[in-house]
Amino acid sequence: MDADAVPDLNLTAALEAVSAARSPEQLAELRREYLGKRGVAARVKETIKSLSPKDRPIVGQAVSLFTAKMTEALDAADAVAGPETIDESPIDLTLRGHGRKRGHMHLVTQCRRDLEDVFVSLGYQVAEGPEVESDWYNFEALNFPPGHPARAMQDTLYVNLGEPEQVLLRTHTSPVQVRVMESQTPPIYCVMPGRTYRNETLDARHSPVFHQIEGLAVDRGLTFGDLAGTIEAFTSAYFGQKVQSRLLPSYFPFTEPSAEFALSCVFCDGSGCRVCSNTGWIELGGCGMVDPNVFRSVGIDPEEFSGFAFGFGLERMPMLRYGVEPIKTFFDNDVRFLTRY
Amino acid sequence: MRAPLSWIREFAPIEAEPSAIAEALDRLGLEVEAIETPGREIVGVRVARALEVRKHPNADKLSLVEVDYGDGTTTVVCGAPNVVAGMVVAFAPSGATLPGGYTLEKRKIRGETSDGMLCSARELGLGDDHEGIMSLGEGSALGTDVRDVLGLHDVVFDLSITPNRPDAMSVIGIARELAAHFDVVLNISEPENTTVGSRTDDDISVEIEAIDACPRFAARRIAVTIGASPVWMQQRLALAGMRSISNVVDVTNYVMLERGHPLHAFDLSRLPGRGIIVRLAREKETITTLDGVQRILTPDDLLVCDAQGDGQAIAGIMGGSQAEVQATTTEVLLEAAYFTPMGISKTSKRLGLRSEASARFERGVDPNGVLAASTRAAQLLIEVAAAQVAPGPIDVYPEPVQRERIAVRTARVNAILGLDLSAEWIKESLTPLGIAIEVDATLDDGFIAVAPTYRPDLEREIDIIEEVGRRVGLDEIPRTLPHTTEQGGGLTVRQRERRLVTDVLVGMGCSEAMTIPLIAPDDVAAIGLDPDRTVRASNALRSEEPVLRPSLIPGLLRAAAYNAGLSRVDLALFEVGHVFLPPVGDALLPDERDRLAVLIAGTVRRAPVELDRPVDVHDVTEIIDALSVALELADLRLEAAPAPGFHPTRSAAVLVDGESIGHVGEIAPGVGERVGVARPLVALEVDLDALLDGIRRQRTFVPLSRFPTSSVDLAFVLGDAVSAGAVQATLMATAGELLEHVYPFDEFRPEGRSRSVAFALCFRAADRTLTDSEVAEVRQECIDAVVRVHGAEFRT
Repeated sequence: MDADAVPDLNLTAALEAVSAARSPEQLAELRREYLGKRGVAARVKETIKSLSPKDRPIVGQAVSLFTAKMTEALDAADAVAGPETIDESPIDLTLRGHGRKRGHMHLVTQCRRDLEDVFVSLGYQVAEGPEVESDWYNFEALNFPPGHPARAMQDTLYVNLGEPEQVLLRTHTSPVQVRVMESQTPPIYCVMPGRTYRNETLDARHSPVFHQIEGLAVDRGLTFGDLAGTIEAFTSAYFGQKVQSRLLPSYFPFTEPSAEFALSCVFCDGSGCRVCSNTGWIELGGCGMVDPNVFRSVGIDPEEFSGFAFGFGLERMPMLRYGVEPIKTFFDNDVRFLTRY
Repeated sequence: MRAPLSWIREFAPIEAEPSAIAEALDRLGLEVEAIETPGREIVGVRVARALEVRKHPNADKLSLVEVDYGDGTTTVVCGAPNVVAGMVVAFAPSGATLPGGYTLEKRKIRGETSDGMLCSARELGLGDDHEGIMSLGEGSALGTDVRDVLGLHDVVFDLSITPNRPDAMSVIGIARELAAHFDVVLNISEPENTTVGSRTDDDISVEIEAIDACPRFAARRIAVTIGASPVWMQQRLALAGMRSISNVVDVTNYVMLERGHPLHAFDLSRLPGRGIIVRLAREKETITTLDGVQRILTPDDLLVCDAQGDGQAIAGIMGGSQAEVQATTTEVLLEAAYFTPMGISKTSKRLGLRSEASARFERGVDPNGVLAASTRAAQLLIEVAAAQVAPGPIDVYPEPVQRERIAVRTARVNAILGLDLSAEWIKESLTPLGIAIEVDATLDDGFIAVAPTYRPDLEREIDIIEEVGRRVGLDEIPRTLPHTTEQGGGLTVRQRERRLVTDVLVGMGCSEAMTIPLIAPDDVAAIGLDPDRTVRASNALRSEEPVLRPSLIPGLLRAAAYNAGLSRVDLALFEVGHVFLPPVGDALLPDERDRLAVLIAGTVRRAPVELDRPVDVHDVTEIIDALSVALELADLRLEAAPAPGFHPTRSAAVLVDGESIGHVGEIAPGVGERVGVARPLVALEVDLDALLDGIRRQRTFVPLSRFPTSSVDLAFVLGDAVSAGAVQATLMATAGELLEHVYPFDEFRPEGRSRSVAFALCFRAADRTLTDSEVAEVRQECIDAVVRVHGAEFRT
């Protein structure tokens, strides 16, 4: 439908008149002439009720199109020419209502990005892997042979695909270490964030799902001192310089020597409080030098290269930094929580 | 492992304060979970003697006991049946405080005044026994503080021992570590026992049929007098968290705690054939264990049987009920054996049966400590059970386990730890751990470390390096940073674009959800997918939610339902995460893909500035458009198409480069209502990698024309089967280079007739002002093309 189809509504001519106008006064006059109470559009609209039912919608549409185009053209011209006088009718800018709102990234994603950025600045790349894994990647290649007591440290969820207990939901992000070492040649500096699973029911203190971030460095001449220094570097980058880190011996099949690393309590600055059970320290994760058996399973010569790995739960970071609890909060998806951070 | 400090000090005379010892344990990798001082809350409880026990005049089950507490006598009401005149008891007078902060008061019980109470072991915080009053035995002056008698001033370290350290599951093992750390001498004497009568092997036989699972089995015949064990032993067991059963059973447990070696005593009179056969179980063979539970076995399980071949114990895990030591037992067969860790671990896991014994055997006890443990038990049985031990224990051990000899290079130790230790320092650091050092002339930079067999974790050079690291203190190693020069850090293009996708969604007002990927089959069926074509967890704890999600939509619906239950119905959520489809071909792993999904529900609130309105499909299609713009996709289109879970006529396939990557539209009626989420409900779900694999617009520069535009509006009557997007594509293809842009600007649907859609076209040439006739020509070509291709009617 063309606006010009109704002879009285000559849009082309009207628009030309608008472009020809030079002053605010002229524009105001044109607005009265075409769009005013007794203007052209109003007069044509008056005639609609006398038309045949077939013509009514055609003319009706023409009028609204004419009005819209002319309003747009006049508004644009007004904006260029400036108003005749300042319109002093007030607009309340504090009348905000709902309006458009930005959404929010999940706290875990925010934390993941923050940590990825810290490690990228330390020279690391980021890798990911599947959440459903084979027993080989999740356990065997990591020096957990079948029946190894350390397997009992992790309540594994198995996936039913023919062979029993061959396919599982990864219990840690460490299988990505194996995949990275299989596909890349050293030097490797890589962090591996991702989702991990345990056979737990979601309640206040347990979750079948949580997130980890794992780091792996493989190079010539890497030492335990490099591992300890790296942990200090990223913990102070994330929590601030005043946070201390501590390493205590522990055991993981895929690293040796192995250690647990802890932070000086961020709530009491190490003086002892309820959160750190009055120890002044909060355990964060595990780490160690890559075990030679792991290197052998991926075809890296442990005499030529050494390496270290570390890993910890991502949810722990916002729990420590903002006091979020319990862990269930992260997976309830209550919009009050999702939109707070 | 709970280790009382007094017991540790029996072997390592450490002067340090408990807090310093705890810190040392942590530094050694024997993590302290708690430091307990069980007697801290017990105030004013004294040793007393029951002088006279009379029946309570008004209650059948109570008695009146007159006690002498050294400074005087008084009367208490007591409900325990075992109290007799002459018994030495723990008396809590009125005013005394018991664990839990409970303070006693003088009060009347059934009309008789009770000036306090007599205590059971549990009331003093010593284990679970509350059957009767605790008997303290003779030897302490009346009126003495019971904490002195019962060792309640003791400190107990509750340690979490890692699976590689069987040695640290014993007081001696812990003492050895601490002695090395504090540089004190470890005092462990070789146990000895006297013997009487005929040799054990005169009438006892031991036969091992499964030598791989049981490389060593030693047996002693011992005549015993069953009774209660002495208070000092009960007290240590209680502090270590074990119940006192009888003197014989207590001795086996005491030795296990002291030396880390589990033992088992069989009642010899109830062991048919007076002998032992160790063999693998038969399929479906059963045995009733001490806890009264019948266990069904497999040929992976190891049984300790009597000489007739009937199972009498699940080896290394739990004894059977038949030959259990009882009050009537007069003669026992004492088992000391070495079972290999793997088998114990498997059986214990499969039966869900964990015991103090299995926790040690599955870590690997010392195969060469078998006889010493047996001898130590014999020694103690003589002391506490008037035992007569037969000489000549039977010891079946055909292939003794040798100590590992490990070549260690000094340079390698320093290279791994980042230190500069001398060979001498390293060697000296290892000897207090029981590691012997041998010189090997063929090693110009090292030595041979000979590992003790109580440390089965020491097999390789790296294991010795870890020991050196522990001796230095891992936290003492100077901290350095790697020199990462060859590889620069950074995110890949794909990783940066995935961040961009999230940023776009956040910018469009959506908040990120994280839902649990394990969902219920019904939730899969509800969105029109086949729950039988899914990947499932075989052992999920919540059996109703075993499906690994094939779509993100059910999780988002559940999230919306959670919020709806809290009266929050307006929401815009998205999730980026993996979905799991059945393996493709003969792949081992599922077809795991990254998806992006959005769910928007409720009302778009704009009042009072604009009007509120219900959400509609355009709230999700504009997200698709925003992603297309942000990613600079060359060809992203929507094409009306039904999809599972979506409304049949209000949804579209999302096409990237002509291939469907997912769907967008209204959620099918009933899907939201099923979980309590009201309509309107709109969603999109696309394969994230397919989206990011899309061809991108060329970023070639096009000179910006300085010439004016010509605008043309065209309106067409279209059938419902013809989409505006298709007409728009036709207009673009027809108008070619002269077209700067084209948008639909109006849809008009007269009642009972086909809709009319109007498009605004803007033409501009790069090199000239378009003439009226040029514009008229291209306008007519556009009209003709739309009429021809889509059967549309042009509206004049």
